[in-house]
Amino acid sequence: MHELSIAHSLVELAAEEAERLGLRRVRALYLKLGVLSGVVKEALQFSFDIVTEGTSLEGADLVIEDVPVVVYCPRCQEARTLPEPMPMRCPVCGTRTADVRQGREMELYALEGDEGDGKDAPDRRDQTERSQKERLFG
Amino acid sequence: MPRIVEIRQNVLKKNDYLARELRERFREAGVYVVNLVSSPGTGKTSLLRETLLRLGERYRVAALVGDLATENDALRLRESGADVRQITTGTVCHLEAEMIGRALEGWNLAALDFLFIENVGNLVCPASYDLGENQRVVLFSVTEGEDKPLKYPTIVNSADVAVLTKIDLAEAVEFQRDRFYEGLQEVRPGLPVLEVSVRTGEGLPAWLSHLEAGRRALPETASSR
Ligand SMILES: Nc1nc2c(ncn2[C@@H]2O[C@H](COP(=O)(O)OP(=O)(O)OP(=O)(O)O)[C@@H](O)[C@H]2O)c(=O)[nH]1
Ligand SMILES: [Mg+2]
Ligand SMILES: [Zn+2]
Repeated sequence: MHELSIAHSLVELAAEEAERLGLRRVRALYLKLGVLSGVVKEALQFSFDIVTEGTSLEGADLVIEDVPVVVYCPRCQEARTLPEPMPMRCPVCGTRTADVRQGREMELYALEGDEGDGKDAPDRRDQTERSQKERLFG
Repeated sequence: MPRIVEIRQNVLKKNDYLARELRERFREAGVYVVNLVSSPGTGKTSLLRETLLRLGERYRVAALVGDLATENDALRLRESGADVRQITTGTVCHLEAEMIGRALEGWNLAALDFLFIENVGNLVCPASYDLGENQRVVLFSVTEGEDKPLKYPTIVNSADVAVLTKIDLAEAVEFQRDRFYEGLQEVRPGLPVLEVSVRTGEGLPAWLSHLEAGRRALPETASSR
């Protein structure tokens, strides 16, 4: 079961990013998971709880968004979302295609957490970056 | 104040980064790297042993072999005379780029033409881990039934070529080729397939030519002859 390995990588990445961003407490991790990623969602949730136990991420929610397969159809000349991971055919015209544009990803796309209280905040440059990010995405 | 901050990072970015470094090393050394993945018992070691023997007559070949616990596969492969290193993964059910990097320490890659990596027998986990290989080969045996590709779309989708093994047994197990090929097409249209048997030797020349063609297609580097 490689979900445990994946959970380790995820938690490591999230902890690094949280520190870099000066997030004091991580409340949630938002993950995009392609249906072709080979990762079983339930197994990952379960592994995540085990891996975070006793770490700074303990109690954080893992919010998983399924990403469907998107292929490029050479006939329609358009990207098409597949209703099911298989078959690899354009759902509109039925043409077979192996040109997968989306659906394999395993991406940590956001973190939700509390701001540092100023005392333990990192240096000023980091804070400026952070406030820029907040303006963009907050 | 709770905040949501965008991150947009691949969860396996460390592995991807290490795999990129490996790929660059392989390219500089002019070595062609093949990653073999399949279920346990499909015939990776058998095919690899034959490959090392035959290709070893004309090329400098070596192998890395991943196994959960034993050295058996490495011992079998060393019978070919090739340099073989074992990676014992313990509880980890797949190889990662970092393990490859460690296993290669002190190895002169420029002295090799081909490096084969036998992954841990597993059709799920190895799909997620790039090892810096030039080619990922997924193997299925006729004894596993026809619908394996449909059951493991992720690995099939990440492969560059499929090999159907043990075809000497196809009749005995009433293997339905049409169904196998149909399934493969549904998951990965256009994926090339090679059929082999290490018992009869059938298909081995085509498999070796395929490997040689892959290597020839490598961009020339300073160290390749
Ligand atoms: N009849 C026949 N048997 C084969 C062939 N190739 C492999 N076998 C047999 O299949 C069994 C498993 O082969 P291995 O090469 O050990 O398979 P593997 O994929 O390396 O197995 P793991 O490393 O355990 O995942 C052995 O008993 C082989 O002798 C073949 O072409 N024909
Ligand atoms: Mg083996
Ligand atoms: Zn179409």
